[in-house]
Amino acid sequence: MAGAILRRVTPTTASPRVAPLPLPLPVPLLARGVSDSTDAITVSTSVPFKSHIVDPPPREATTSARELLAFFRDMSLMRRAEIAADSLYKAKLIRGFCHLYDGQEAVAVGMEAAITRADAITTAYRDHCLYLARGGDLVAAFAELMGRRDGCSRGKGGSMHFYKRDANFFGGHGIVGAQVPLGCGIAFAQRYRKEGTVTFDLYGDGAANQGQLFEALNMAALWKLPVVLVCENNHYGMGTAEWRASKSPAYYKRGDYVPGLKVDGMDVLAVKQACKFAKEHVLESGPIILEMDTYRYHGHSMSDPGSTYRTRDEIAGIRQERDPIERVRKLILAHEFATAQELKDMEKELRKQVDAAIAKAKESPMPDPSELFTNVYVNDCGLESFGVDRKVVRTVLP
Amino acid sequence: MAAAASSALHAVGAVASAKPRSAAPAVARRRSVRVAAAAKGGPGSSGRGRMVARSAVAAKADEAAAAAGSKSGGHELLLFEALREALIEEMNLDPTVCVIGEDVGHYGGSYKVTKGLAEMFGDLRVLDTPIAENSFTGMGVGAAMKGLRPVVEGMNMGFLLLAYNQISNNCGMLHYTSGGQFKIPIVIRGPGGVGRQLGAEHSQRLESYFQSIPGLQMVACSTPYNAKGLMKAAIRSENPVVLFEHVLLYNLKEKIPDEEYICCLEEAEMVRPGEHVTILTYSRMRYHVMQAAKTLVNKGYDPEVIDIRSLKPFDLHTIGNSIKKTHRVLIVEECMRTGGIGASLRSAIIDNFWDYLDAPIMCLSSQDVPTPYASTLEDATVVQPAQIVAAVEQICQ
Repeated sequence: MAGAILRRVTPTTASPRVAPLPLPLPVPLLARGVSDSTDAITVSTSVPFKSHIVDPPPREATTSARELLAFFRDMSLMRRAEIAADSLYKAKLIRGFCHLYDGQEAVAVGMEAAITRADAITTAYRDHCLYLARGGDLVAAFAELMGRRDGCSRGKGGSMHFYKRDANFFGGHGIVGAQVPLGCGIAFAQRYRKEGTVTFDLYGDGAANQGQLFEALNMAALWKLPVVLVCENNHYGMGTAEWRASKSPAYYKRGDYVPGLKVDGMDVLAVKQACKFAKEHVLESGPIILEMDTYRYHGHSMSDPGSTYRTRDEIAGIRQERDPIERVRKLILAHEFATAQELKDMEKELRKQVDAAIAKAKESPMPDPSELFTNVYVNDCGLESFGVDRKVVRTVLP
Repeated sequence: MAAAASSALHAVGAVASAKPRSAAPAVARRRSVRVAAAAKGGPGSSGRGRMVARSAVAAKADEAAAAAGSKSGGHELLLFEALREALIEEMNLDPTVCVIGEDVGHYGGSYKVTKGLAEMFGDLRVLDTPIAENSFTGMGVGAAMKGLRPVVEGMNMGFLLLAYNQISNNCGMLHYTSGGQFKIPIVIRGPGGVGRQLGAEHSQRLESYFQSIPGLQMVACSTPYNAKGLMKAAIRSENPVVLFEHVLLYNLKEKIPDEEYICCLEEAEMVRPGEHVTILTYSRMRYHVMQAAKTLVNKGYDPEVIDIRSLKPFDLHTIGNSIKKTHRVLIVEECMRTGGIGASLRSAIIDNFWDYLDAPIMCLSSQDVPTPYASTLEDATVVQPAQIVAAVEQICQ
């Protein structure tokens, strides 16, 4: 099952996870002497962290063979899934808006490695991979994209509305920036209930100019809410480059009185390091901003070719120099945790998994017409919701 | 879908829990009787013949006796105190209930609804926010998703326009778009309506703006009795509920029962049974209607007055039964004429009860203008009792 691929493995003594699925890993992936070692190794992040009114964490990150391979598998699965979604969209099986995450996988995977399922994540509409990282089911994801009954939101949400309550994944929001106060509210509830958990509140460089973000930041700082605001800076707010939209594109500094960290979002170990640091920080001292310097290969959405406002050279250059999966591949090969062929075979397996999930999702039927009226209210109580009318009016009065 | 499951919208304890909205006539009859009993001087009966001055200072109930149906004597209080009592009771019962708003804590609330609550429950549970409606409403929604039951106050309902995106997209729709995973048991409340020369921006009626938002429930309170009952029901409801209060009604005085009670969120209130015409109204206009009713009774008419209370969904059951009896309908509301609650109600009545009507439905609403400052102009913006009398005379020709 594809979900098994995304099991989180952490080499260090992290807090207990809520992820229920046990090891071992599927046999085909282990048969060939791919290292499963949990011995700690130290790797330097690509660039040092830049910080704003806080001492940054060190560049040296600890990891292990097992973790690196898990990173490789998770990110490759996400990459494969997003590319498959691209094909499905072009085949008109996915309609409407479809915002793809390929290129940004390191943020989702690195963040997940640093936290537990008891911590909360909320994001905007580029949410497929965050859903998968939180343990979301691949079949349910594709079914939702195709609007089928077995989708994770029963076919009623679509690409921009993936949620997973039991993994504390709070979606999945279409309106730019509206999820930021929501995330602060989740953090408020965490503080109110003294849970000792944190919320990772993701938004983009476009949303960074929303007023409600600064409103929420003010309140979060005022009440020391355990919220990490993560700006996934892919440098383009749809078609507008950051320097054309923001007077100050140093998003990690825009918290003013709130500390910030600038992180290479294409380096999964840097992301993990920063998120670990951030979680400890907010539990002590209130909010922090993490700016993830990342990049999306696709356009803003499937309706946007992504090449009218940036050059193909730029996109190719990033793919060449900074691709997150290639970086991990190089690390694995350099440490000889697996051979190049083994990694290629892994990718082939994942491709098969994704194809199988899509095939299964295609079998799922469209939602029943009665689903139009369910979940409008909790406990629909046998009512069908017709706006201001209620079903009872259909009866004959005595 | 559970066909005959009783409403779990406010399933906890107390008196007026909702009966299933089934087709069975027996159930329907029982409900009508219960509602009528409330009107006959039942618990906290308020309204028949009550005169309320336009500035809504404390009015004397014409029933001096203790509220019928109340085991003990009942106690008298003002509407804002009734809201406060409801809040205190619910916050004592359930530790996840919290209040979020501007000046609700240390200041005690701009209309004193939350007076003393911060001392009782602490600063975290009665949260003073900065002036940031959009984001603190969003925070309320996020907190509700994570298991709290926030009561978000808009200092004036009109300010919640700033939070419209949060109320519409997140609050109203998240239960649906998440396929039922998240519920948003939030209460959004605040005073609205035309006051005493407060100016256009502070005299807004948002019930018409919010009524199309799927997933929201809307109720309007008008007496201390139903204010407390509706507030409690709204807090206990698993759905997001917008509770509309009115700036001019906060000082209404009434005797309410000592024991705990809840009002049904979807139920209308029979204020004055009658035979000739059904007058549907809510919030402050109820009092203008009752004032007009006195004149009408003197002129020999017998109006049936229903305070619809539930603005979304409408209690078409009570309303329908009334129309079946009287065959004539007048809607009196404070909303604007265009796209108001009256417009929707009229449409719903035509769809469902056309055969019972003997006359066109009349709807008296506020004028489609920004509320002017000058007192004479402001009076002309809203419906006055004399217009109601004239309308009834016209309908009953």
